[in-house]
Amino acid sequence: MALHFELVTPAKLVRSEDVHMVVVPGAEGEFGVLEGHAPFMSTIRDGVVQVFKTEGGAPEEIAIEGGFAEVGDNGLTVLAEKVES
Amino acid sequence: MASLKELKDRIGSVKSTQKITKAKQMVAAAKLRKAQAAAEAARPYAERLASVMAALASKVSGDDAPKLLAGTGSDKRHLLVVVNTDKGLCGGLNSNLVRAASAKAQELAAAGKDVEFYLVGKKGRAPLKRNFPGQIGTHFDTSHVRDPGFEEAASIADELVEMYEAGKFDVAHLVYPTFKSALAQDPTIDQIIPVPAPESAADSPNTPGAVVEYEPGEEEILEELLPRYVKTQIFGALLEIAASEQGASMTAMDNATRNAGDLINKLTIQYNRSRQAAITTELIEIIAGAEAL
Repeated sequence: MALHFELVTPAKLVRSEDVHMVVVPGAEGEFGVLEGHAPFMSTIRDGVVQVFKTEGGAPEEIAIEGGFAEVGDNGLTVLAEKVES
Repeated sequence: MASLKELKDRIGSVKSTQKITKAKQMVAAAKLRKAQAAAEAARPYAERLASVMAALASKVSGDDAPKLLAGTGSDKRHLLVVVNTDKGLCGGLNSNLVRAASAKAQELAAAGKDVEFYLVGKKGRAPLKRNFPGQIGTHFDTSHVRDPGFEEAASIADELVEMYEAGKFDVAHLVYPTFKSALAQDPTIDQIIPVPAPESAADSPNTPGAVVEYEPGEEEILEELLPRYVKTQIFGALLEIAASEQGASMTAMDNATRNAGDLINKLTIQYNRSRQAAITTELIEIIAGAEAL
C-alpha cells in the first residue's frame, strides 16, 4: 500500500522510492497523488513538491523548476528540469 | 650526421613531450569515467520523456499538431547543428565529425536544398568555414564553461526553436559522435526539428486504451513537451561529445606516448653509435700518433 514515486532531472535520477502521498504543484493547481490514482498527466509550475513518507507525517519538501508529472500504472513520475535540494 | 650534443638535446625534448602526452592520457582516462557516468545518469530522464512523447504524439496528430511536430510544410532550408569539441588533442574525432557534416551538406545541396550550419564548439569552425563559406550561421560558444551541461543545452535549444518559429529554417539535423568505446566514436546524424514521429506507443508504460487525463490539455502539454524533448536531445549530444572527446583523447595520447618511446629508442641507439664512432676515431688518432714517434 504505497505509491511509487520517481523524481528525475536531466542530470540524474533524484528519487525513486515508495511513499504514502505526493503533492505536486500542477499548472492548474496543486494535486495530491495517492496509490491507485487514475492515469493522469499534467504540466507543473515552479514550486514545491511535498513528499509524505507516511500518513500524517511531516512532508519533505523539494523545490523543482519546470516539467511534467505523469501518473501511470507504475506510480508517479515527475520530470523536472531543475531540482534544488 | 648530427653531433652528440644535438642528439642528446633531441632525446631530452622527445622525453618531455612524452611526459606531456602521458599526463594528458591519464587525465583523459579519469575524465572519461566521469563523462560516462554523467551520460548514464541522464538516461532515465531521456527514456521517460521519450515514452511520454510517444504516448502523446500518437494521440495528437493531424492538423492541430504543433508546428514542432508537424513541420512547416516544406523542407527547402536545412540547418545542420554540428557539435564539436572545444579542445584539440583528441585524434580524428573532430575531423570525422566535420567530414560527416560536409557529406550530409553536399548530399542535401545536391538534392537542391539550402544548407546552413549552426556550430557548437570551437574545433569545427575553421574547416567548415573553409568548405562552405557564407553558409555558417551562428555558433554557440561552450568554451567558457568546463562541462557543458543542461543549461547550455537549454539555451541552444531555445535559440533553435526561436529560429524555427521565426521561419529561418524548415528542418534541423544534429551531428554528433556516438560514444561506442574509447577506440570508436561514430559520427551520427539525427533529425531533431521537426521532432520525428516516435514509434508506436505500444511499449509505453501505460497500457493502450487506458484513459489518461490531461491537464491542461493534450495539445498544451505536447506544446510544452516538444521544446523540452529537443533540449534533452541536445543535452544527450553534449554528453556524448564529452565522453567521446575524452575517449578519443585517451587513445590518441596513448599512441603518441608509444611513438615517443619508439623515437627515444631509435635516437638512443643513434647516440650510442656516434659516441662509439667518436671514441674509435680518437683511439686510432692516438695509436697513429704513438707509432709515428
